[in-house]
This record gives sequence, structure tokens and C-alpha cells, in this order.
Amino acid sequence: MSNAVLASDRPGSAPIIQERGQRAVFCGLTSIIWLHRKIQDAFFLVVGSRTCAHLIQSAAGVMIFAEPRFATAVLQDRDLAGLADANEELDRVAAQVIARRPEIKTIFLVSSCPSEVIKLDLANAAQRLGQKYDGRIRFVDYSGSGIETTFTQGEDSCLESLAAQLPTDDSGKPALMVAGSLPDIVEDQFARLFEQLGIGPVHFFPARSSNEMPPIGPQTRLLLAQPFLGNTTRALGKRGATLLPAPYPYGAEGTTAWLRAAADAFGVAPEHFDQVTAAPKARAMRALEAPRERLAGKRITFLPDSQMELPLARFLHRECGMALGEVGTPFFDQQTMAAELPLLPEGVRITEGQDLDPQLDRVRAARPDLTVCGMGIANPLESEGLRTKWSIELVFTPVHGYDQAGDLAGLFTRPLLRQDMLEV
Amino acid sequence: MELTFWTYEGPPHVGAIRIANAMRGVHLLLHSPQGDTYADLLFTMIERDRKRPPVTYTTFQARDLGSDTAELVTDTLKSTVERFRPSVLLVGDSCTAELIQDQPGTLATGAGLDVPIIPLEMLAYSRKENWGASETFYSLVRGLLNRRAPEPGWTRPPRPEGQRPKVNLLGASSLGFRCRDDVIEVRKLLESIGVEVGVVAPLGASPQDLLRLPEADANVCLYPEVAETTCAWLQRTFKQPTISTVPIGVGATGDFLQEVTETLGLTGCELTADAVCRLPWYSRSVDSTYLTGKRVFIFADATHALAAARMAREEMGFEVVGLGTYSREQARAVRKAAKDYGLEALITDNYLEVEKAVADLQPELVLGTQMERHIAKKLGIGCAVISTPAHVQDYPARYSPQMGFEGANVIFDTWVHPLVMGLEEHLLTMFREDFEFNDDKVPSHLAAVGGSSHRPAEAPAADGDAAIRWEADAEKELKKIPFFVRGKARRNTEKYATERGVAAINVETLYEAKAHFSR
Repeated sequence: MSNAVLASDRPGSAPIIQERGQRAVFCGLTSIIWLHRKIQDAFFLVVGSRTCAHLIQSAAGVMIFAEPRFATAVLQDRDLAGLADANEELDRVAAQVIARRPEIKTIFLVSSCPSEVIKLDLANAAQRLGQKYDGRIRFVDYSGSGIETTFTQGEDSCLESLAAQLPTDDSGKPALMVAGSLPDIVEDQFARLFEQLGIGPVHFFPARSSNEMPPIGPQTRLLLAQPFLGNTTRALGKRGATLLPAPYPYGAEGTTAWLRAAADAFGVAPEHFDQVTAAPKARAMRALEAPRERLAGKRITFLPDSQMELPLARFLHRECGMALGEVGTPFFDQQTMAAELPLLPEGVRITEGQDLDPQLDRVRAARPDLTVCGMGIANPLESEGLRTKWSIELVFTPVHGYDQAGDLAGLFTRPLLRQDMLEV
Repeated sequence: MELTFWTYEGPPHVGAIRIANAMRGVHLLLHSPQGDTYADLLFTMIERDRKRPPVTYTTFQARDLGSDTAELVTDTLKSTVERFRPSVLLVGDSCTAELIQDQPGTLATGAGLDVPIIPLEMLAYSRKENWGASETFYSLVRGLLNRRAPEPGWTRPPRPEGQRPKVNLLGASSLGFRCRDDVIEVRKLLESIGVEVGVVAPLGASPQDLLRLPEADANVCLYPEVAETTCAWLQRTFKQPTISTVPIGVGATGDFLQEVTETLGLTGCELTADAVCRLPWYSRSVDSTYLTGKRVFIFADATHALAAARMAREEMGFEVVGLGTYSREQARAVRKAAKDYGLEALITDNYLEVEKAVADLQPELVLGTQMERHIAKKLGIGCAVISTPAHVQDYPARYSPQMGFEGANVIFDTWVHPLVMGLEEHLLTMFREDFEFNDDKVPSHLAAVGGSSHRPAEAPAADGDAAIRWEADAEKELKKIPFFVRGKARRNTEKYATERGVAAINVETLYEAKAHFSR
């Protein structure tokens, strides 16, 4: 509830405002919903309460009818009474999971608010279980708790843990690592572009299966595909990787700058770069023409959710002509936003953290044409006559790269288009 | 620890939100970590509410644990009361806050706020959502009415001559199963016999409305999971009788009207409404004959499971082959009912146990919750949802009560829909090799589901039957039995063979078993 001002390294632009108070965001456990599909031979075992189980189930919604590769070990009264048998309990539950899903290669032990408050040592448990199953099944622990992580930070926390276990690349040859889970189709598009540029080898992190996790070493050049990987970046840095600063690959401009960062690091000739990127870039710009017509001049506000807010605001402003209202982010990381910040217009209000009710008051006062917000807020704002774009969809839809630029803009035009269509 | 893939109920504080959200003028302050606001979307997305639930969360983070989380509670209390000006403030813990023991209820009571405070004990590690709803409703009613309780030994004076009898409808809540329309239907039903509806609570009621509860002649306990404790307290304190028949189904609705009439001492009431209920005729019409003895598995909250079992047996002519509930609080009633059907009730909140029971019993229809829909889909069995947990499609735009006579109409349609229709069932049995209409396809009246191969492989043989071998011709013959009874036939034959020590099943064994088990 206190407003502090962060020293900003953007001369001449508004400071980044920090807010504290009620936060309407998901916890990091939510990231299991996409991670369990990305890493196909992994199982995510949350150690937590009924609330945790209910959260994942509610957030996953109708999406999951098939047998999920995640579950919760729900703490009972007797687990809280004495921690003595916590390890035995965990062993028993892990054995149950393995019996039901014998094909699983990695089990993530995911800690939650309750397990962290009672200081259940999952790191120790992961090590012990790892020895017990003797290399057949790998155990990795990380935190998805609400007290530690917000929404997409769950992936950051997961990849940070995995980073420590990646094999060492001692080939002495440069390699590119693209970090952040991407939809398979986008990953394949990027792989093709890197190949045409002559950049290689390229590794995607996380990989689609446990035994394909990429090697890492001092020659690794790191390109972030997702803006929420601050801790992963630092963990990979400790393993020797060098971060290539770049804006995130949203839109034609973002994708080009992102690819160029890799191209420069790998000494790709500028002419060759232009030659490879010209056609897909032109396609992206063409795909953006129609949505730009609908979006130009419209005002948009972001409530904090995924840390994708800054790069998305940049894309919507620069490539779709939208006017930016407040841009909220749950967490502002200087390092990962270094290349984005200068691309944002001067004077835009960036808010780190949240005090929900006053923030909603600001939205009501400004009445933007579009508000990007969570599902707990979207319908209430709609009923007040404000158009919204529910933010979680931005994480679940292929939006990166040239060939998704039109789709990405389309996610924002749809609510406005619908407003124009409905006669009732 | 308990391994949980799917949970039938949320934590108890979600029950508390269901009460606060159902009412007007009630606000809930929940001491909880960042992220627990996910519960908002149950209301704004699944129930499609237009307003944010009246809940303020403290949303503490790790850095707050180092300092004073109690101070965070106090600050949030003040700003919440100032902003929302509720008539009553409920104060409770979520599971994580329960561990750090800031006692927000006590803090609120001592904070000198000019609003009535009801502290809630949620017991997140031993209790669940429905208990939380029940406890919250009870705490609220008791907290508001305790001071008005008459002296012990007081007796309720008889209703004045000429005054219309009046009842309260208790239990309907946010996120309850079809509560919105059930209340409309029950009100219509009561008014048709000259009974006035006093307070409907918690759904749509304000704290001021709760103060009027004692004015009614009796309380109708529509949803025991939520209102039973409150009804019992009102009965003890204000001598208001509880009407406890839940009017789901034609028979139950008749019994309900009977109970209302008797409780209120009404005479000359015409128990009409047969004219508006089409279930009895639809169920008697010859088109429904093929429903006779369809084997149905029922699993739901206790109220809906009990109602469904009676309807299935008495009003649809099904055979109930499995009955269970996740409501431990009401387990006794379900056990008793199951016994009447010659069954052992399945009382569990373990999804895997329910799945196993369905796989073992191989019913032709599953009546359950959203979770049983997953099971039924996996096993390729028709399914209808009769209870929470339910998803957005079970909060429909159209009028769809479960209670009363229109409710029975809705239920008839809902339960019959997933079954293969009569003629198609006959043709499937007679001509097994049609390239379009065959076992691998969904029933053709459900073509929108996809129409492609959808039915999964048959359930594997029961444990321990590995020793039994099917001869090729017997296996082929088995395939000629329609898919929805094939699983049962396989199991019966194997059971028959095991009991008689037959090692290899041939066509003869198959038909011997059929004759043995013929119903």
C-alpha cells in the first residue's frame, strides 16, 4: 500500500512505480498447466494443500480430460502434527505415482505455500528419491508457491532448478540456447530460421523430453524467448552462458531484433540476415495491416500478470499504433527488460506490483478501450462496459515469431470486433 | 499425504466465499497468500457473475513473513471496511494462513471497527468446501440471531387464524448445482399450495433478511450439505420445524408437498401439478421400454446421489448397480439407501477409487459429477452430470431446475440423451458390420461429438484373471454383443469360468454364463 519510486535508468521518462497491496494474480503452480505438456515424460507432483489441488484443477478447467501428468500430495492434519514421517509419506506417494505412470522419467517435486511455511525440505527429498530410484527416474525440486512466485515465475523457478542439472558442454564450440518453453510449432519455425541463418547448434530449453535437455558451457550464447526468466538467466550464467540482450520476439520488429542478436553473436553477415528474414518479415507486416487498422489510436491498459506486459505493450504501441495507458507488471527485472525499456514511449506509467482496488479505480477513471487482465476481473469489467482481453490466453496461444504476429494482434482485435458485431 | 489427481471439493474457505458471494451486504476478508485469488474465477467465469466476489485477500508474500503479517491483516481490515462498507464482515484464514496463526478473526474483533464481525474457523487440513459453506452460513445466522434467541422452554405460538403459512428456503448458494432455478421452481410449487416463501438464504439474502428468519413457520432444508446445521440450530432455538425432504424427482416432490402440508397443518391442499410434469408419461410411453434395467452407476454429493438413485429406480426403471458419495457428513443416509438397493455404498473422495468401481461394474450409464465425466469418457460410457463439482456448461442460460416437476422434466431429457436411442440400439445388435453405424462410433444422434473412432479399447480383464484364456471363436462371439453390455458379459463369463475352474472359455461357456446370470 506504500508507493515507492525506483531509481530509473530511463532519463526523461516516467519512473517505475512500485505498489503493494492486494494482488489478483495466479501463483507459480499454474505454470504446471503448460509445462506438463511441454516436457512430455515429466510428472509434476505438488506438495501442498487442497487449495493447491483445487487451483490447478480450476485453472486447467475443461482443457484437461485426459489423464493429467500432474497431481497434488495433499497435506493432512497428521502431516502437520509432526514432520518426522514427511519423508516416508513422500516416498509412498512417489511410489504411487510411479506405479500409475511407469513411463515417467522426471518427477518434479513442486513446493507450495503450505510446504514452504512448514519448511518441508523438498531439495533433500529430491536427492534422496533420486538415489533410491538410482538414475531411472530423476527428481527435481522447485518452488511454485504464491509467496515466492507469480504465475509465469513458476516456469522460471522450474528451469532455474533444471539449469543446475544440465550436462556440461565442453566441446569448446559456440552454441545457441533458446530459453523459455515455446509452442512446438513456434520452436520449429525458429529452428528453421536459425538453420537458414547458419547458426548452430541450437538448443531449446526446456527440451520436449527429459533425456534431450541441452548441454551448457562457457561457449553457450543465451537468447531468452520469454521475458519472465530472470532467475533462470542468472543460473545459466553461473554455468557459463552469456546472455544476448534482445527485445522479445513479438511482432515483426521484435522478432527481427531478437534474431539479429543471435546473428550478430554468431557473425552472420548483414546481407545474409536480410536475405533470410526479408520474406517472413514482409509476411508478418502484411498480416498486421488489418489488425493495425482496428487497433491504431485505441488505448490499452495492462494489469499485472505474466511479465509479458512490457514487451506486448511495446509491440502494440510500435507495430499496431495503440496508445498505452498504465502498464502493470507483477515483477520488473532490470536485466531481462534491458532491451525493452528503451523501446517504450516516454511518459508511460509502468507499475510494478499491485494494489488491486486503487488500480481498478484508475482503470475506471481512464476508461481505456481495452484492458488486459485476469479472469477474476474480466467479466466484472465487461459488465461495467469496459472491453477486456483475458491475459492467460497470451501464455497459452502461439504468439511468438513472424508467422504468429497477425494472430497475436488478433487476440487484441477480437474483443473490439465483437463489440462492433453484437446487436444485443 | 494423500495423492490427489482430482478433488471433488475445494478447501473450506471456498465454501465461505460461496456464502459471501451468494449474499448481499456481506464481505469476506481472507488471510491468504498471493495466488489464492484464483477462487474469484470460479464465480466470474464458471458462474459468470457480473461482479467481483465480495472478498478481500491479504495476499501475503514471502517477504511479508519476515515482518508482521498480523499488521498486514489489520491494515487490510481497515481499508476493506472503509471501501466496501459491508453490513457484516466475515473474517477467515486460508490453509497457509492457518499455519502462521495470526488469528485474523480475533484481530478483527479487537480492531474497533464499526461493523459486526463474524470470525470463521476453517480447519483447512481436515475439512472441505461444503463443510466450509455450512459452517459459514451457520456462524452467520447464529452470530446475527443469537441475541434474539427466546428463553429456553419457550414455545412457538400457533399461527394466527387467517395468516398464510410461511417457510424459509435455506441452502441455495453460489456455485451450487442449479440453485438459481431450483429456488424459482420450489417457490412456484409452494405458492401453488398457498404457502408463502419468507426468506431465501443465503442466495440473494442480506444480513437484514437473516434477521427475519424466525418469522417463518418452518424451514425448508433444500441443500442439506449447506443448510442442515443451520436448520437444526433454528429448530432448537426458535422451534421452527425443518422440512427435510429434498424435492428432486416426481416421487420426492410429492413427498415434499406432503411433508409441507403436514408440518404446516394445512388442509384441503390439492397436490396437483401432475399436469405440468411430463416425466411419468414419457417414462411410461413405449419408447422408454428399452430403458428398463439399464445398469446405472451414481456418484455425487449425498443429496443429489440419493435423489438420483430413487429416480433411476422408481421413475426411469433403471437398475442401480453402484451408489456413492464424497460427502462424508451425509454418508450414513447414503449407506442406508445403498443397502435398500442391495449395494455397498462407495464413500470416498478418492477419484481413483471411483474410477476403479466404474471400471469393475461396467455400467451402461454414469450419473455423476464433472469428474465422472472424465472417467466415463475414458471408459466410453454415456454420462450425465447430476451434481457439483460441475463446469461452466452446467451453469446454463436456459431454465434448468433439478427440483420440482419441471426439474423432473429436465432430468428425464438429460439422462436419456447420452444413451444410444432405441432403434439404433436394435440395429447395432442385428447388423454388426455396418461401415458407418458400428461400435466404434458415437451414437449418431451425438454426431457433433466427432463421429470418428471415439470408443476406447474395452476395459481390461479384472485382476487375477490372467489364467483364463478366451478361445478365438468365443472372443469373436463376444464381439457380437453390443458394446454397452459387452464389458459386463466378459466379466460375468470370466467369473463363471473361475468359479467352475474352466481354464479356456469357448462359445459354450459364454452362453452357459449368460443363462446363469440372465436377469
